[in-house]
Amino acid sequence: MSTALYTQLLNLVAGAFLLTAVLILWRRELTAIIDVFALQGVALAALVGIIAVAEGSAELGAVAVGVLILRAGVLPWVLRRAAASAGVVQRETKPLVNVVSSLLAAAALTLLAYAVSQPLVELAPSPATHAIPVGMAVVLIGFFVLVTRRLALSQLVGFLLLDNGITAVGFLTATGVGLIVELGVSLDVLLVVLVLQVLKTRMREAFGATDLDELRELHD
Amino acid sequence: MTNSPMWGWPAWLMLLPVLVPLLGALVFGVLGWRRSTRWVGAVSAACVLGTALAIAAGVTASGPQLAFFSLLRVDALSAFLLIVIGAVALISAVATPRYLAVEVEAGRADERDCRQMVLLVQVFLALMALAVLAAGLGVLWVAMEATTIVTAFLVGQRRGRAAVEAAWKYVVICSTGIALALLGTFLLNFAAQHTPLPTGLDWVDLVAAAPHLDPGVTRIAAALLIVGFGTKAGLAPLHAWLPDAHSQAPAPVSALMSGVLISVAFYAVLRVKVIADAALGPEFARALLVVLALASLTLAASLMLAQRDYKRLLAYSSIENMGLLALGAAIGSPLAIAAVLLHILGHGLAKSSLFLGAGRILQVTGTSRIDRVRGLAAREPLLAGCFGFGVLAIIAFPPFALFASELGMARAGFDAGLGWQMTAALLLVLVIAASLVNHTSRMLLGAPVAAVAAPSEAAASKDTVVDAAGLEAVDLAPVPAAGPFAAPPVAVRTLPARSAVVSTVAVASPIPAVSPIAIEVAAGPTVADARRSRPGAEIYAMGGALLSCAVLGLTLGPLGPLLAQATAVITRTP
Repeated sequence: MSTALYTQLLNLVAGAFLLTAVLILWRRELTAIIDVFALQGVALAALVGIIAVAEGSAELGAVAVGVLILRAGVLPWVLRRAAASAGVVQRETKPLVNVVSSLLAAAALTLLAYAVSQPLVELAPSPATHAIPVGMAVVLIGFFVLVTRRLALSQLVGFLLLDNGITAVGFLTATGVGLIVELGVSLDVLLVVLVLQVLKTRMREAFGATDLDELRELHD
Repeated sequence: MTNSPMWGWPAWLMLLPVLVPLLGALVFGVLGWRRSTRWVGAVSAACVLGTALAIAAGVTASGPQLAFFSLLRVDALSAFLLIVIGAVALISAVATPRYLAVEVEAGRADERDCRQMVLLVQVFLALMALAVLAAGLGVLWVAMEATTIVTAFLVGQRRGRAAVEAAWKYVVICSTGIALALLGTFLLNFAAQHTPLPTGLDWVDLVAAAPHLDPGVTRIAAALLIVGFGTKAGLAPLHAWLPDAHSQAPAPVSALMSGVLISVAFYAVLRVKVIADAALGPEFARALLVVLALASLTLAASLMLAQRDYKRLLAYSSIENMGLLALGAAIGSPLAIAAVLLHILGHGLAKSSLFLGAGRILQVTGTSRIDRVRGLAAREPLLAGCFGFGVLAIIAFPPFALFASELGMARAGFDAGLGWQMTAALLLVLVIAASLVNHTSRMLLGAPVAAVAAPSEAAASKDTVVDAAGLEAVDLAPVPAAGPFAAPPVAVRTLPARSAVVSTVAVASPIPAVSPIAIEVAAGPTVADARRSRPGAEIYAMGGALLSCAVLGLTLGPLGPLLAQATAVITRTP
């Protein structure tokens, strides 16, 4: 693969990665959000795949397949099941920050990500490291979703968005953290999601809906 | 760093603190919670403590060692933390059988709940041991995140609204914090790859490569790592999970979480600080840690003053102590670091016994409200005494270890030129101590219901005490009666009416008239519960913990050389 093609593909995929994060802020229906999240998983897997091809690394190629299965397959499936068991189609009716402001915030967060990531790009300039700010932007947007959304499932998506961004940064800074850690990370994400799903089910037993506004038992 | 000599202590010893609890979990998984397995947890914890002491002796004598494909490494700092884990685990495990027996008798837990709890506690122990034994940042991160997953079910075990809410907040906030630490890990790895000699994430390599790390990247990485692991340690601003989780978990689990889990997270902060100091100079980590410390102390002080729930009071005290640790780490001189390490051990011993005491008080009185617990000293003198001494220990009263450590931190802080920060911290600590003493004295002293018994009726008074306990126990009847999903506030709301009636009767009537009413009203399983007021294993655990805390405040004994070496690992002085 020529360098120019590699750079173009990388930029395309990184763009798709960021765009899906912004789309998650824009949509309100949970099912649509989960679909977009699955798309983002595909973009992330493609990102890893492109790096794998460029480096000619079979190991990284296998990791890309793993990422695809986990983030575009298993996690969206778990989320969809959780959403379906809730019965009625859930909508994020009144997020703490409305959609227009959210999109503006996303733009600001992306700029912030570019500013913060400067030292990272400068340390080792390459097509891959130039995409690091995109990963950072997704981390920040995920954090934003996590703190401004009220449905338990939207919060979960926010957490996963954050995690996707971190994974992207991990791959873009390249050089792999070692297979054991990589496996541990994936396993942890999966377990966290399963734990939260169990808790969500229990929450519905205890509270009825899973609007996090109702989490008001414990406070000072 | 020195290579370990070949003739050193056997490296497989290092695997035991991880393997023994896993074996314990296996035993519980196969046999369940029954009479014959009641003490398996205590035996496993004792093994961890014993191995930790053996490893500590080995490390002090012949230096650090690697094991298990270089994934595990133990130096003086890991060995010291391992001792803390073993000690607190033993305290908690000794108190567990009695705690579970009472819970089962009161119908708040069944055999399955018990098995789940003791099994997860064993896995939890193994993971904490793995976290401090990890040779590098990667394995440490995986172990820390896994403790969140395991303890989530322990926090949410009671399945009531409050417990589920606490577990949700716990997993979301801690996982987010730990995710930030993961980002920091990736970035630190990125910086380490671009040094003259590319290295991995092992502590030794990172510290050796630290002077060559890119300062810009390392600054971001260190900030993310300190805030991320600080979240798990309960430092403000991402502390919101701690009071909920620690107050909702079963008492032996609260003891472990508050006594040692947050300290293990703080151990990660200490390790990161070593690298940050070598790469960026001490100012960066110091500024960050001072901000986190003062924020935590301010928050704890403001929320403890008017606190109404004694378990939350203890939880906020943990935030306070983590703030003090952060302050000590910020100072960074050898005296301050030695004080921080001693504080970790002293806090572990004192706080775990306080949480066991709080759990017992909850079982005896049926309420976690401070204003509903009165005159405990007259009703449960041993329990009240241990709880009182525990509070004295936690507010750093001499001779307890926390007195020595806080004194050391204060001296080191003023020496290091952190004058106004130390002054602010000491004022906040004073406010916290005052509120702890104020709340506790109201719980322990004052007139209990039984005080109405005429002093002349000495023979009858003992029965009255039991009856009074029975009457109190009536108060908690609504909790089990309303089913497993009962919300505590519902029970609390019904309390004033009932207890007012019952205590008016108790005050107005002569004793013979009280007894029939008491028996008639208190026909639940809680009477038996309240009659079990003889000293149980938790009293011995609390007493032992507080005694060792006091002894440690007077002399470190054989721990001295280990503490000195562990301090040298952080300050990097020979």
